[in-house]
Amino acid sequence: MPNTKTAVPFKGTKEQEEQLREVIRQYKDVPGATMPIMQAAQDIYGYLPEEVQIIIAEELDIPLSEVYGVASFYAQFTLNPKGKYRISVCLGTACYVKGSADVLTAIEKNIGIKTGGITPDGKFSLDACRCVGACGLAPVMMINDDVYGRLTPDQIAPILDKYK
Amino acid sequence: MDFVRSHIMVCTGTGCSSSKSPEIIERFEEELKAQGMDKEVKVVKTGCFGLCAMGPIVLIYPEGALYTHVTVDDVKEIVSEHIVKGRIVERLLHKEEEDKEAVTSLTDTEFYKHQHRIVLRNCGAIDPENIDEYIGIGGYEALGKVLTTMKPQEVIDIIKASGLRGRGGAGFPTGLKWQFTHDAVSPDGQKYACCNADEGDPGAFMDRSVLEGDPHSVLEAMAIAGYAIGASQGYIYVRAEYPIAVKRLQIAIKQAKEYGLLGENIFGSGFSFDIGLRLGAGAFVCGEETALMHSIEGYRGEPKNRPPYPAVKGLFDRPTVLNNVETYANITWIINNGPEAFRAIGTEKSPGTKVFALGGKITNTGLVEIPMGTPLRTIIEDIGGGVPKGKKFKAAQTGGPSGGCIPASLIDTPMDFDSLGKIGSMIGSGGLIVMDEDNCMVDIAKFFLEFIIDESCGKCTACRIGTRRLYEMLDKVTKGQATLADLYRIEELCKYIKANALCGLGQTAPNPVLSTLTHFRDEYIAHVVDKRCPAGVCKDLLQYTIDPEKCKGCTICARNCPAVAITGKVKEAHVIDQKKCIKCGVCMSNCKFGAISRK
Repeated sequence: MPNTKTAVPFKGTKEQEEQLREVIRQYKDVPGATMPIMQAAQDIYGYLPEEVQIIIAEELDIPLSEVYGVASFYAQFTLNPKGKYRISVCLGTACYVKGSADVLTAIEKNIGIKTGGITPDGKFSLDACRCVGACGLAPVMMINDDVYGRLTPDQIAPILDKYK
Repeated sequence: MDFVRSHIMVCTGTGCSSSKSPEIIERFEEELKAQGMDKEVKVVKTGCFGLCAMGPIVLIYPEGALYTHVTVDDVKEIVSEHIVKGRIVERLLHKEEEDKEAVTSLTDTEFYKHQHRIVLRNCGAIDPENIDEYIGIGGYEALGKVLTTMKPQEVIDIIKASGLRGRGGAGFPTGLKWQFTHDAVSPDGQKYACCNADEGDPGAFMDRSVLEGDPHSVLEAMAIAGYAIGASQGYIYVRAEYPIAVKRLQIAIKQAKEYGLLGENIFGSGFSFDIGLRLGAGAFVCGEETALMHSIEGYRGEPKNRPPYPAVKGLFDRPTVLNNVETYANITWIINNGPEAFRAIGTEKSPGTKVFALGGKITNTGLVEIPMGTPLRTIIEDIGGGVPKGKKFKAAQTGGPSGGCIPASLIDTPMDFDSLGKIGSMIGSGGLIVMDEDNCMVDIAKFFLEFIIDESCGKCTACRIGTRRLYEMLDKVTKGQATLADLYRIEELCKYIKANALCGLGQTAPNPVLSTLTHFRDEYIAHVVDKRCPAGVCKDLLQYTIDPEKCKGCTICARNCPAVAITGKVKEAHVIDQKKCIKCGVCMSNCKFGAISRK
């Protein structure tokens, strides 16, 4: 999945920064604190822009390359902001054999973006994910925290209409 | 203590939660309150029952009535009929087949009858967020026994005698692993007992269910492991994609600490043990032990060369034992029931049970726990209820991206470590995906490689570049552009990757390709020579066409086509524009006259 630097200007607030520095203070002496801090940072900002990575690197006194290395390694971390509605379609094996690839194509068609992208109005972002563990309901997609199961491509339009 | 006359058990595993079980619980509590019965009837939020296909599941004791596919609107009727008047709601009782009689008891179902539950013993039976319920059914007894009456070496000897093998995939004897870590010398005395809950294999969800349904059994076992090897600190590395499991683990750790079952001087024995939770961030390779430890340390999850093994030099360079969730879930049972009882289940070389996550084209999707050595046929036909819609069973895929396929001709293969290894597959973490005649095996092999390419950490060339080249060649096969020489090259490259990749992920990456090539060579050849996909999956090799004789011109297909590729006037035969067609198949599934064919 492409995870290149975002062109969206950084809009972090003072409160967010204060929150982040507080988290870092809490974790500072815990061995292996980098990841829990980055996970908290992503919860605060929604993504991990360069500005946030710099704060983490400076506070922990580690090279920025190390923070960036971790941020770009794990699928959970994103360098780009996500949409208001985050759609993720499960491409785990159980969903795949029941046709989740067709579901994904139907969504791409419907909102006019490719997997990994975000609509120009920032409303929807689309990702493929690997197994949410709801294999009994395959094929499955999630829109934010709502799970939709036993999907077919023709159910996509009515579901997405609810969010438009 | 409150005495209640009835218990309403509602599954709150991920599957049932996704189908609104939290709302069902809320409604039950409202209805009971409205009837003034909230003091005498208790609603229990349980872990997974395993019968995920039938969710949401509600089980009411003392009658043991099993209600399936329950909706929020059914709650009122269940309360007024079953709870108030004592009449079972026949309409909602679980039926194994539409025309069969309803089954009233859980253990009478075909699904449960063949199972032997050790790992999942408490899932669905207790409230995982209440430590008292776990203690009430004998929880933390094993830890007490170990800490107050046994020496570390005695614990290790019991695990060795049980013959328990790691359930994460490789099947390494757990007792030996503990022995090595016990014997290793740490420069400052610090050792670690860790739990691998980074269940990355797509299609496997037993670890998630254990953590969601019975988290204390894992904590207790980790403390036992800590005592056996001499560790005072443990870590659980769990997927962030499992929010319910994470929450229940946090609650369980907190409760265990409050009860003094974790922390300083447990049971007054002088032994101290603490457990920290670390969330994974979505990297399959972190299921590999050295990569997982790098990740806990806060680095990129890249594996490293072994030896030295983690038993000698693991987390933070200290001796570390790392076991999978399911492995840990066996430990307390073995301590309480003795190694002989464990050996009595399963086969000689693979004692005990194994949990499989049954998914794909099968009637009863869900979790099943069976004695090792049970034939695949029992799982598919008896427990799983066969392939739906009268389709033919084609193959079962086990071991995820590291495993292989078991074709229909080998359906009597016993499911244990060695038998599966012999036919080029593996038990792996226990994902079992059933495929029918509509699944293309080349496409499945390609699917797994795509997964591996995404998840390869990039450290070694064999995996980073080798799997990509392999994918490209398979892509050619599915597009009808490959030659027979390519099949030979595919096999060569597979062998090269197996021999040269750094870690288990890379070394096993070619398995899905090799195994499908062995068992379904005909299908590869059909793609290459005849330019045909027998299962009708590979889009470049098939075409949708409308038979003008059968088409009545009802326009349903044209109206439903997402690509506007179908044209035609009302009551006249329609035509598909092959250039615009995206081959989604919507037209075919909507045609009432069977006029559209796929070739």
